[in-house]
Amino acid sequence: MQMTFTDADEAFRDELRDFIERECDPGSRERMEKGLGIGKEDYVDWHRKLATKGWSCPHWPVEHGGCDWTPVRHYIFEAETGEACCPPPVPFGPEMVAPVVWTFGTREQQRQHLPPILAGDLWWAQGYSEPNSGSDLASLRTAARLDGDHYVVNGTKTWTTMAHFADWIFLLVRTSSEGKKQEGITFLLVDMTSPGITIHPIITMEGGHEVNQVVFDDVRVPAANRIGEENRGWTYAKFLLGYERFNMAGIPQAKRQMKRLRHIAGDQGIDSDPGFRARMADAEIQIMALESTMLRLLSSVAAGKDPGNEASYIKIRGTEIDQLMTELAMEAAGPYVLPYAPRALEEGWNEEPLGPDYAAPVAPDYFNTRKVTIYGGSNEIQKNIIAKHVLGL
Amino acid sequence: MLNLELNEGQLLLRESVERFVEREYSFERHRASVAEDEGFSRTLWKEFAELGWLGVGLDSEFGGARDVALLMEGLGRGLVVEPFLPSIVMAAKAIAIAGGGDEGSEIIARAATGDHLLSFAFTEPRSRYRIDHVTTRATRSGGSWALNGRKSLVFNGDAADSLVVTARTSGSTREQGGLSLFLVDGEGDGVSRRAYPTNDSRRAADIDFHDAPGRLLGVAGEAHTVIAEVVDRAAAAVCAESLGLMSRLNDLTVDYSKTREQFGQPIGRFQVLQHRMVDMFVALEESRSMTTVYMGDVDATDAVERQRAVSAMKVQCDKAGRLVGQEAVQLHGGIAMTQDYEAGHHFKRLSVIHRLFGDIDWHLDRFASL
Repeated sequence: MQMTFTDADEAFRDELRDFIERECDPGSRERMEKGLGIGKEDYVDWHRKLATKGWSCPHWPVEHGGCDWTPVRHYIFEAETGEACCPPPVPFGPEMVAPVVWTFGTREQQRQHLPPILAGDLWWAQGYSEPNSGSDLASLRTAARLDGDHYVVNGTKTWTTMAHFADWIFLLVRTSSEGKKQEGITFLLVDMTSPGITIHPIITMEGGHEVNQVVFDDVRVPAANRIGEENRGWTYAKFLLGYERFNMAGIPQAKRQMKRLRHIAGDQGIDSDPGFRARMADAEIQIMALESTMLRLLSSVAAGKDPGNEASYIKIRGTEIDQLMTELAMEAAGPYVLPYAPRALEEGWNEEPLGPDYAAPVAPDYFNTRKVTIYGGSNEIQKNIIAKHVLGL
Repeated sequence: MLNLELNEGQLLLRESVERFVEREYSFERHRASVAEDEGFSRTLWKEFAELGWLGVGLDSEFGGARDVALLMEGLGRGLVVEPFLPSIVMAAKAIAIAGGGDEGSEIIARAATGDHLLSFAFTEPRSRYRIDHVTTRATRSGGSWALNGRKSLVFNGDAADSLVVTARTSGSTREQGGLSLFLVDGEGDGVSRRAYPTNDSRRAADIDFHDAPGRLLGVAGEAHTVIAEVVDRAAAAVCAESLGLMSRLNDLTVDYSKTREQFGQPIGRFQVLQHRMVDMFVALEESRSMTTVYMGDVDATDAVERQRAVSAMKVQCDKAGRLVGQEAVQLHGGIAMTQDYEAGHHFKRLSVIHRLFGDIDWHLDRFASL
């Protein structure tokens, strides 16, 4: 691969590596490397460390605290932090609500919300899906009625990832039922400590608690917390979904999974099995193809060109590869995926493992990862978008 | 002329398990069984005995693999966690094939009453899918045998009253010769069990033997063919279980697609989803054809004929189960990701079955070598 780094880029990489070694919690890194879950503290601690260096939200505009990096430097940053198993960025604040706030928010909203996200002081959640509005998001019914200078919000949001950690939530609410369903939606920023909000955990099939149902019962939200204009929320949401898809390539994660897979296959003695070897090689080539798409995208952005259609399928391929990797790990680990050992996934667990020490997270990971082709706009919806907007069908 | 139809007794057996699952084994009932201390219900287990199910695969009326398959399919559809597979299909059958004398016959009879639970301890921490990877050793001292070693992933091994254990009486770790079967008291001296739940809401145990007394079943050193047959029978049984799991998932998915509305219509109206449900239907039907035609070969006296049939069925059913399980979750969307909805549990059980008694690669390799 022809990838030329300037001396300055090389120096940046050395500085970054050094920073990771010194500042990133070894416990977090070890858990990431082993495929074990990490907690809120792990994410927040690393985010705050990066913030001290001015690196917590590098892709932000410089005036809001981002880094004035070339695409190559962003690439180096993502590759090195991924390779070193640093906790990944939590998308809801830095990557989802923040671009909406700096693009469509008032100066006051920018002043209020961007600095705490940059510093890692406030955790955000995304309030989009509802029990009857999944793929058909625009059919959402959580209602906001204007009462003086407040909105009164009633309704239920679901699949709300890490709402139980969240200080704030950004919501799509219905403010009008006239005209097209997309035209009556408003984008609100809501303080999670507001009276009337109840969080109900949803336990997923592997036994984990990541997602929640969040019920809003006469929750009063200052009208000043509205983004942009009333009934224009769908425009802002679509803008944000574009960001979300772009971030779903998951190359560093796929490479970590590949490394772990080789380790498991080696230990199980199937790395020399011709069939399994071929499937591992095939998976690695799929990762290379996706990474090539990312590099092509970077290159065209660097050259000042419109990125074109590559970004549209990144979510599809990234999630397919994610699922493939967890499934190959199931195959490689064999019968030892059977024991269900949730405590083995927790911090500080030091009993003798059941079977090989890498086995405990393999099946829960495989089960949990079925979600990735469902969330963030299911892959079926992604294909609809490409068919319509790219192929013109 | 080929006759694949069920006889009258088989029709009744199928009806009895279908009726039981329909009337008595709801998803809530499944969860209640899982929540019991032993991970299944002893009361229901006794009921199985009264229904005559605990002799299936063993007695003269319902002694064949097709009979076992009828029962397993029904149990699969209901996500039944009671230990028919380890206790009857594997352990009791192993005693019957190996020849355990009067004591063996008595144990099988007690197992059939539901009073005495058995399990089959044949896997070890490094054995993967090899049945000859046995490091557990049995040595003779005077007139009795003492076992030393560790078995892993023994299904319901914590609840079993007696264990049928594979151990080496001679030879080295991966030799076929020198393998023997022993009957060991689950609560006997020198037996320590570490129990745990498994990812399909069942239970298993790792079991350590320290000079544990065991009674030899059959001829010392010549159990390989018995173990191979038992594991093949278990593989065939989980193929049948897969049919039940897949049929339930297909029904749930089709029903859900008719009621879940998005974009102003039931999602089942979208052609892209219709085609995928057709693929799920085809995968199940092809698996059903395969098992209907080849299940009888599991009883063949010719081991090669049996192995060919079992490997072909396992490859077909695992491939189909993978497609059906993954697509059922995807087509449902988020709801199937939750622990409170049953589809995810069927998907998990299918995923575990794919890791039991040889995976697709293992069976392809064996099939190619026959």
